[in-house]
Amino acid sequence: MRQFIEGSKAVALAVKLCKPGVISAYPITPQTHIVEELAQLVADAELKAEFVNVESEHSAASLVLGSTACGVRSFTATSSQGFLLMLEVLFNIAGMRLPLVMTCANRSVSAPLNIWNDQQDSMTARDSGWIQLFAENNQEVVDLHLQAYKIAEDKDVLLPVMVCMDGFILTHGAEVVDIPEQTLVDKFLPPFNLINKLDINNPKTLGAFADPDYYMEARFAMQVANDNALKVIPRVAGEFSKVFGRDSGGLFEGYRIEDAEQVIVSLGSLVGTIKEAVDELRREGKKAGVLKLITYRPFPASAIYQALKNVPEIAVVEKAVSLGLSGPLYADLKSSFSCSAKRTNKISGFVIGLGGRDVTKDSIKEIFDLLSKEEKACRFIGLKQG
Amino acid sequence: MKEIRIHARAGQGAITTAEILGQAYFQEGKYAYAFPHFGAARMGAPMNAFVRVDERPIRLRSQVKNPDYLIVVDPTLLRGFNCYLGFQDNGVAVINTKEGLEIPKPKGGQKAYLLPANDIAMKTIGRALGNTVLLGAFSAASGEISLDSLNRSIRDRFSANMADLNIEAAKQGYEFIKSRIQNPRQNEVGLAKSEK
Repeated sequence: MRQFIEGSKAVALAVKLCKPGVISAYPITPQTHIVEELAQLVADAELKAEFVNVESEHSAASLVLGSTACGVRSFTATSSQGFLLMLEVLFNIAGMRLPLVMTCANRSVSAPLNIWNDQQDSMTARDSGWIQLFAENNQEVVDLHLQAYKIAEDKDVLLPVMVCMDGFILTHGAEVVDIPEQTLVDKFLPPFNLINKLDINNPKTLGAFADPDYYMEARFAMQVANDNALKVIPRVAGEFSKVFGRDSGGLFEGYRIEDAEQVIVSLGSLVGTIKEAVDELRREGKKAGVLKLITYRPFPASAIYQALKNVPEIAVVEKAVSLGLSGPLYADLKSSFSCSAKRTNKISGFVIGLGGRDVTKDSIKEIFDLLSKEEKACRFIGLKQG
Repeated sequence: MKEIRIHARAGQGAITTAEILGQAYFQEGKYAYAFPHFGAARMGAPMNAFVRVDERPIRLRSQVKNPDYLIVVDPTLLRGFNCYLGFQDNGVAVINTKEGLEIPKPKGGQKAYLLPANDIAMKTIGRALGNTVLLGAFSAASGEISLDSLNRSIRDRFSANMADLNIEAAKQGYEFIKSRIQNPRQNEVGLAKSEK
């Protein structure tokens, strides 16, 4: 049913539709409304799940690691400093091949302390083995959560999935969202059946010690699973479209890129503002476009290369920076063009909107203007002068 | 696309106000995006909530810099802030005020409607929370949403008794502005004259 609903509430309803058995989380801005709403749904017996209150994000992640290992569909959510505190456990969850789903309500990291939105927090987990999906709007947030469990639990994947949504802009933003019917979700997402699980009648160890004779194979298997996910993610998006009648998810979405001479590559809610700028530039006769990356990990390098290889000027615009290099997405995108020996595309990187600084259509147009200048890996947009 | 900016202090219900307004637009078949921007992120600190409305889904995620409409929940903000910053030339403002408080005059074709929303809320709801009074006033001043859609949206948000009280508050805010539009009185709380 179409509703006018806050993003965090929409997440809670989407998670409820996936029927998790265990939820554990520790509140942190701007994730708090998500878990408050889920706690309420559990307390009101609208969702038959165990909601476990814990003393920290490290414990929350450890708890859902355990419940998923026992074969129970589980959920957690966090942001920023809480995300960093979880990080050790996040690597374990991926390494143990546990198909958990979590929401990252994207927020900056300290110091300086800042509660507002950027995407630095989830970027710290890009090497962890988690699949990372980014949502442009709250409809996608809902749709990606439904798809996340299906992707994670696919036997060729068995990796955890993180759905990233911009803090405040989406978590605290109310908009029109279609919340699907339970019967359709049941048709789309079968019950969780983990083959290799902890079972008291059939004792085993998960995540045990691996010496130099075995460790590398376990990590290689994760790399293979990531490659498999590049095929599974579009397939799941296709199945989603059949059941729910709308396109959502997949590796990326190209918007007016077919004949584009300038394309911005970006992630998350920023893409909406970029689409508005692209439409205005098109009306002025400029051939602008935007490629919205939905799946950031695994990184769909060859598909992106195929989509952009003939675009003369490319910008990567992101709300994170790998300090000492460039934006992380810029480095990834640049590497996907390394197969092309005689690259003629100009590819520049831009860091924008850190710590909640407002990103306007004008700043996006400024980036399109800068694209014809020399290629530069890391420009900060919107800095105070002097 | 129409853009509305709400000025308040954190804790005064501006987000709820924005969401009720967005929901009312949704009742009328529009797409709305209601979102907050916190300043110091502490109770009592100045903050904004925004509503953006269109016939199609809203994609623009930046803050509202050039509002068509202003709703000022806390008039003490007008002392330190220029709430009219970026306000459209033909914009309409609805300002919660009380007698003796000096309200800066709008310019050109801008209109500012003043009403003692907290006093009205005290009489109707029993608490000095003028938000739904202001929404009723917004309905009358802007003609953007019907009082009926606003009432349904309020009903959606609050439990039965609280919904009834807030619907009455919205109605009084609506009628206060309607009567001032028909019968403007100078030098009192009501319709502020625009400076040419």
